[in-house]
Amino acid sequence: MATRLTVNGKTLETDLPEDVPLLWVLRDEFNMTGTKFGCGVSACGACTVHIDGEAQRSCQVRLGDIWGEVTTIEGLGTPDNMAVLQQAWVDHQVAQCGWCQSGQIMQAASLLQQNPQPTDQDIDDAMQGNLCRCGTYPRIRAAIHDAASKIGG
Amino acid sequence: MANFKKIARRTFLIGSAAIVGGAAFGAWYVSRPAENPLKAPQGGAAFNPFVMIDQNGITLIAKHVEMGQGSRTTLAALIAEELDVRLEDVKVLQGQPAQAYYNSALLGEVLPGKGYDRGDFAHALGETLGVLGKVLNMQVTGGSSAMKDGFTEMRLAGASAREALKDAASARLGVTKADLKTENGQVIAPDGTALAYTELAAEAGQMDLSEPELRPASEWKYIGKNMPRVDMAAKATGTAEYGMDVRPEGLKFAALRANPRRSGMTSFDAAAALTMPGVEGVYGLGDAIAVVANNTWIAMQAAEAVEITWGAANYPNETDQIFARIEQGFDTEPNSTMRDDGDAEAGAPEGSTPVEASYKVPYLAHAAMEPLNTTALYTGDHLEIWSGNQGPMLHRQHAATEVGLAEENVTLHTPYLGGGFGRRGEFDYTVYAARLAKLMPDTPVMLTWSREEDMRHDFYRPGALARMKGAVQDGRAVLLDGQVSAQSTTVQIMKRWMDFEAGGPDKGHVDALFNAPYAIENHRVRGYHADVDVPVGAWRSVAASFNAFFQDSFMDEMAIAAGVDPLEFRLQHMREEFPEGAACLEKVREMSGWTGTTPEGVGRGVGFAYSFGTPVAQVVEVVQQDSGIHVKKVWIACDMGTALDPSIIEAQMFGGMVYGLSAAIYEEITFSGGEVEQFNFPDFDATRMHTMPEVEVAILEGQKHLGGAGEPGTPPIAPALANALYDLTGTRARELPLNKVFDFKY
Repeated sequence: MATRLTVNGKTLETDLPEDVPLLWVLRDEFNMTGTKFGCGVSACGACTVHIDGEAQRSCQVRLGDIWGEVTTIEGLGTPDNMAVLQQAWVDHQVAQCGWCQSGQIMQAASLLQQNPQPTDQDIDDAMQGNLCRCGTYPRIRAAIHDAASKIGG
Repeated sequence: MANFKKIARRTFLIGSAAIVGGAAFGAWYVSRPAENPLKAPQGGAAFNPFVMIDQNGITLIAKHVEMGQGSRTTLAALIAEELDVRLEDVKVLQGQPAQAYYNSALLGEVLPGKGYDRGDFAHALGETLGVLGKVLNMQVTGGSSAMKDGFTEMRLAGASAREALKDAASARLGVTKADLKTENGQVIAPDGTALAYTELAAEAGQMDLSEPELRPASEWKYIGKNMPRVDMAAKATGTAEYGMDVRPEGLKFAALRANPRRSGMTSFDAAAALTMPGVEGVYGLGDAIAVVANNTWIAMQAAEAVEITWGAANYPNETDQIFARIEQGFDTEPNSTMRDDGDAEAGAPEGSTPVEASYKVPYLAHAAMEPLNTTALYTGDHLEIWSGNQGPMLHRQHAATEVGLAEENVTLHTPYLGGGFGRRGEFDYTVYAARLAKLMPDTPVMLTWSREEDMRHDFYRPGALARMKGAVQDGRAVLLDGQVSAQSTTVQIMKRWMDFEAGGPDKGHVDALFNAPYAIENHRVRGYHADVDVPVGAWRSVAASFNAFFQDSFMDEMAIAAGVDPLEFRLQHMREEFPEGAACLEKVREMSGWTGTTPEGVGRGVGFAYSFGTPVAQVVEVVQQDSGIHVKKVWIACDMGTALDPSIIEAQMFGGMVYGLSAAIYEEITFSGGEVEQFNFPDFDATRMHTMPEVEVAILEGQKHLGGAGEPGTPPIAPALANALYDLTGTRARELPLNKVFDFKY
């Protein structure tokens, strides 16, 4: 039975079983590889996407349970037309290996939607589920503050 | 320098083989230029293995892989510096496996000598041995060596192409070459005529290449500047292609399950797995199985449903049994005595105060963020592989052997690596994928490891033990007699990678211990190889990751016994021995406002390590909070010789520090029943946003030679933190991870 879902404004359809996590529907069925697999148990945040504008771990959301419109890193902006937050990532030269950064950016985007001027404590609280083994945290923090001031100002 | 001659008379692991090998291969072979792997494009030219220009544009080739360390950007900037192009106007591609991309710097690290005292003689010897990389096919990205390797070669590649382009312009315009200049991808004549490189390339490709002079540092436009990373926009938009992101036509998805005891497989029953919707096949891979499906997650679920009888471990089943074997290493003859100043055998000199301590560190996983994966397509006479890896030639060679093809019939692509840290120098995951692909010809298949498979089938940083004996007198150390016992990563790696039985003194095993740049009258360092066969490998900073903890924790213990401020104590023993290292200590003292005293509830510690050519000093401040101990701030000073790209170096320094900090506080791999007990990040956590200290990095340029960046930030943090915790609590931790003893903020 086909399941329909909306991803980055487009309606997509798949015949995969309903228990397949959204992460693997995006990556292997729709070839949208910007969303990353890191742990499969909601412990690293690399797979973070938005459902109805709110950050979710796509490795924990079953295809059959998707309750709203999905936005992935590809829907946030493109290399030629980056979101303010993505541009801040470039300006602060955040990424090292980069594998976790799609998830970091999606988590940060969700934070800024809910809280346009986050404090350091707000950033700590919102971002602590997103692991980065390269240790890019200081630049992530700087990029979030920078984007907040640009969006707000 | 005291014992250089004594050391040089001995044979050296790899070093000895290199010298013999050099004679056997003959100088003609190693000095013969490697073939250019680039084919001249239609209407263009491949000037050398690093610069290719045609009508469509300029392409630079990075010989080292990009795993986050920024080398693709800096290697390209070095070429661009002499070629006179802007990075935003060129494409930078990863080099295919080729001898032209061998790493001449890595083997230099196996030279005798402490490194920091490397004089002209030893430096020249390093370059001689470096060519051995060419015959050993060491196209390896590791050892913090990319810039040492590429610094001169990349600039020469850019300059020689530039000169050929000017020759072509000179011929076309009838203008003396000396009157032409180059800028932003164009040759410009005195009258303002500008010829784009892209339109000159075909003619320039016909010109003889000369060996050009390199520009002096005073004329550098890019080197020493913060260059925008060539991979940044792609990584910020999810468009960078990693190994797991390749999608060749008709791709199938597979999951691996391998023996958690790291030996063979007796039998497997795939009946249940094969009934699961989406599953297309289950294949035995010797000591593992692979499930092929239409989706990775389905394959992973089905892999768990396969019933398998595994073989027993080839190492003791339990962690304490493994460490008992490591302890027994001390009862054997030392593998090396790399330092032997004065008379350490005599023990504490009369009138001195003896200090003794034993230390222990655990096995560690790499846990790169992108779980291991490789995609392969076997078509009978050809194998195509996509695998994020740190050693393209090694991966290709072992994949070719696996499927029985000649290396020229194997194409290996190296997409971006979602972290390496040494794990992706090993080629086991590439070989598994090649094995699977041969079983299902003409179908491309991606073999992905779950996080659990990745963590439980690593080549671990070896667990290690140290016995340190010292003595202090009149405020100085008068004895340091260090012994370390651990499995040798060098021996395992040489065997696995090159089927080479390494013998002789193992310098890497005692790195950051024998060459800790402290002048102590009686100073001996002995390394012992533990007889255990747990799979071990290179983990960011290799043996320096544990030796620095032993060395610089013990320096603190001696300083306290001597009644001297720990930072000043280090300086007293380093100022003359290694002024550039002492300058790093002075710098962190200044940056942190170190006074030697801390208020109640605050602790500070200092750590230092010299590794991979770079001295690094770190001061760490910890504070007691209601929620536990918080690592508040780390000040870092390093001496790179020449800072090629300060922003990238800064990122490597604090990133390397965080990698070591995570290990020091949280991480431990243990064994039960022969199986690793940690499965996923909840069992093997790391520093996160809310536990991340503030960082401040100073980059000095006092050394004569270029230092490495990727690893040297890692070793000093464990001792610095243990020393800070002692300052805070009065409790001395001699074992990692530190959360066994202290309550950290979570």
